[in-house]
Amino acid sequence: MPEKLNLNRVPMPRQDPKVRRGNFDEVALGYTEEQALEEAGRCIQCKKPSCKEGCPVNVDIPEFINAVRENNMREAVKILQSKNSLPAICGRVCPQETQCEVKCNLAKKGAPIAIGRLERYVADWGRAHPEVTAEREGQSFSIVDKKVAVVGSGPAGLTCACDLAKLGYAVTIFEALHIAGGVLMYGIPEFRLPKEIVQSEVDYVKSWGVDIKLNQVIGKTKTADEILGNGFEAVFLAPGAGAPMFLGIPGENLSGIYSANEFLTRTNLMKAYLFPEYDTPIKAGKRVAVFGGGNVAMDAARCALRLGASEVNIIYRRSKIEMPARAEERENAEEEGIIFRLLTNPLRFIGDDQGRVVAVECYEMELGEPDESGRRRPIRKPGTEFVTEIDTAIIALGTRPNPIVPSTTSRLKLTKWGTIITDEATGRTSRDEIWCGGDMATGAATVISAMGAGKRAAVSIDSYLKSG
Amino acid sequence: MYSITSREDLASGIYLFKVEAEDIAKKAKPGQFIILRMDDKGERIPLTIADWDEKTVTIVFMEVGKTTQKLATLSAGDSIADFVGPLGQPTEIESFGRVIVVGGGVGIAPIFPLARELKRKRNTVISIIGSRNKDLLFWEDKMRSVSDEIIVTTDDGSYGRKALVTQPLKEILEREKIQRVFAVGPVIMMKFCAATTKPFDVKTMVSLNPIMVDGTGMCGCCRVEVGGETKFACVDGPDFDAYLVDFDLLMMRQRAYLDEEKKALEMWEKSCPKS
Ligand SMILES: Cc1cc2nc3c(=O)[nH]c(=O)nc-3n(C[C@H](O)[C@H](O)[C@H](O)COP(=O)(O)OP(=O)(O)OC[C@H]3O[C@@H](n4cnc5c(N)ncnc54)[C@H](O)[C@@H]3O)c2cc1C
Ligand SMILES: Cc1cc2nc3c(=O)[nH]c(=O)nc-3n(C[C@H](O)[C@H](O)[C@H](O)COP(=O)(O)OP(=O)(O)OC[C@H]3O[C@@H](n4cnc5c(N)ncnc54)[C@H](O)[C@@H]3O)c2cc1C
Ligand code: FES
Repeated sequence: MPEKLNLNRVPMPRQDPKVRRGNFDEVALGYTEEQALEEAGRCIQCKKPSCKEGCPVNVDIPEFINAVRENNMREAVKILQSKNSLPAICGRVCPQETQCEVKCNLAKKGAPIAIGRLERYVADWGRAHPEVTAEREGQSFSIVDKKVAVVGSGPAGLTCACDLAKLGYAVTIFEALHIAGGVLMYGIPEFRLPKEIVQSEVDYVKSWGVDIKLNQVIGKTKTADEILGNGFEAVFLAPGAGAPMFLGIPGENLSGIYSANEFLTRTNLMKAYLFPEYDTPIKAGKRVAVFGGGNVAMDAARCALRLGASEVNIIYRRSKIEMPARAEERENAEEEGIIFRLLTNPLRFIGDDQGRVVAVECYEMELGEPDESGRRRPIRKPGTEFVTEIDTAIIALGTRPNPIVPSTTSRLKLTKWGTIITDEATGRTSRDEIWCGGDMATGAATVISAMGAGKRAAVSIDSYLKSG
Repeated sequence: MYSITSREDLASGIYLFKVEAEDIAKKAKPGQFIILRMDDKGERIPLTIADWDEKTVTIVFMEVGKTTQKLATLSAGDSIADFVGPLGQPTEIESFGRVIVVGGGVGIAPIFPLARELKRKRNTVISIIGSRNKDLLFWEDKMRSVSDEIIVTTDDGSYGRKALVTQPLKEILEREKIQRVFAVGPVIMMKFCAATTKPFDVKTMVSLNPIMVDGTGMCGCCRVEVGGETKFACVDGPDFDAYLVDFDLLMMRQRAYLDEEKKALEMWEKSCPKS
């Protein structure tokens, strides 16, 4: 088809920044049918599509986009679901710009197909048409008489469980918290990923017969070894990397200083933004400082704003280019009025006589030679110390593996970072009957990489149980 | 859902529930706790495991704010949405020799399984239990059954000896050599117990009760300072060496949400006027 290339990417409608900074409703509003058809119409249906290679779960991207072009949404949903059990989530939070979209042939011309937005459109259409998503052609429940356990109900655990259930295994997920979904529920805020959507994806997984047991801290309530001794023939460990890191500077334990995990958990999981209707309180205060430069820092800062803060600063020790956050999230934050204080690092927190934080002392940095990560190393500029008054500080430096599962499971080999040594292609650990995937294997990564790991482990567990 | 199999009103504003939770009951050890969430809008609150049998876990709680007041409206047959545990490290219990266990207020509940296990390990157990007044006292008999000696105090002298728990504590330490002291109760009581035993240099363990959310090491809300290091009480504790604990910091962190707690309580009381 020698058609002229259409390089006009259809923009995503979004809530006005001035309005959205005051509410927890979703920022990106999603394509209308017209917009979806227009964007899908731009796809040139390459003979050799490279977009697929960029997707860690190999979604048949050109095929589902083609179905959208033909306005055959039922077909589009089927294609998407066959590879991805959580499409409404991926369409919202995947970093498409470094995965599928960067590989799109139109990316060279600066206008890759908005694959993520189309994925979201199709998935949302599917949610609105449950009769379509519920169809189970040629697939049936628990035909294999074998039980598999999954520890953790984040994206890795949900994906592995769903794939195994589709293969006919009886799957039980053990989840520590009172709600399934992992970071999708407790970390990523409502305005980026509505919890109702996560819930409906969890319900989809359950509709395949997966049994989710909540309030089960593996390593405490029972151990992985005990699960194996109790009729389960394989265990997939996917407890994430949920332990927060702190700065380790004086004053860090004053009240009003939160880890991003705590701040986000109170807000999202416990719904503290609806206090006092919900019982869990949170104190965002008026002046908030968030330390860190990743997506988690952006999320925490934007939550603080929505909780009523009048000034939110993101304090990051390198410059904007080195920020690990997605460009889109950084821009969203900037539009909403969040202030970036770059090349700045905290020295200590200062408290009042009630033990509440009232200020932070910081100093300026400059960039030196590149370090082992390839980014220019920040160096302290002498004599640049200054004090800023704050009511609340949020530490968003990242997380590391929580030792509860690895330390209570016998004979597991760990890395020096505390992650479980795992074969990337299969998810196998140093023990025959135990697999691992997601952030616990890789350290903090992405939703889609966790899902990819869940998929590969499901394949490996299936072949192990079939041969055994 | 976790069903309440029985309820007992132990003292004024102090209640006992037995909750069906077989998995937890099988694993529970003295010093560990559970976290519960009453309903979909509820807060997660930690309570120490006060006892257990094959199928149930016993909790004893004091009405202090919205969640505990709401909890007190439940009876046998009702259920609690979420109940998770056993969390935290069990108390280290060995054959130490002669030990003192001190329980203040609702802290009497957690020291019961502790004293019982110490006794089982053939320690000589001297128990000191104290409360503000007679109406707040409970489990004297139960404690007596696992103690070689028991001293009961009330602040106002309405029952037992009129004293703070630290007074008999000091006298016993003056009287004889003690290998270990355990103190559970309000932070201020634990702080003064530590100050009392310090001159005698007897290893003293306290059970810390900072505000918690998940109870699994995921949020860091429960951070405490012990020996100058930051620890997460929910996974590293709740028991710590009393001489190393920064009690003042703990008390300040416990007060982080006073305004919100007051507001929540007022709204609850308005919506549901009690008697
Ligand atoms: C605030 C925030 C924002 C993010 N934004 C994005 C984004 O926009 N896009 C993106 O791709 N990625 C994002 N990420 C990263 C992404 O969420 C994670 O990489 C992903 O969730 C990891 O999945 P997982 O299944 O390995 O673990 P998790 O999602 O962490 O789930 C692990 C689950 O296991 C449970 N668990 C832990 N210990 C136990 C135990 N002992 N017993 C039983 N259950 C246990 C946990 O409660 C949890 O439910 C973000 C992360 C955070 C924190
Ligand atoms: C490990 C541990 C074991 C405990 N064991 C017992 C017990 O066996 N019996 C008992 O009566 N109490 C126990 N507590 C204290 C109990 O958790 C609090 O009294 C309860 O959370 C108060 O909730 P509320 O809504 O009724 O009161 P609120 O009005 O919300 O708070 C009253 C006070 O309780 C504390 N508190 C509030 N929320 C929490 C929270 N989420 N986590 C911890 N503390 C909080 C604060 O210091 C606050 O000032 C324990 C606490 C910890 C950390
Ligand atoms: S309560 Fe969250 S880490 Fe201890």
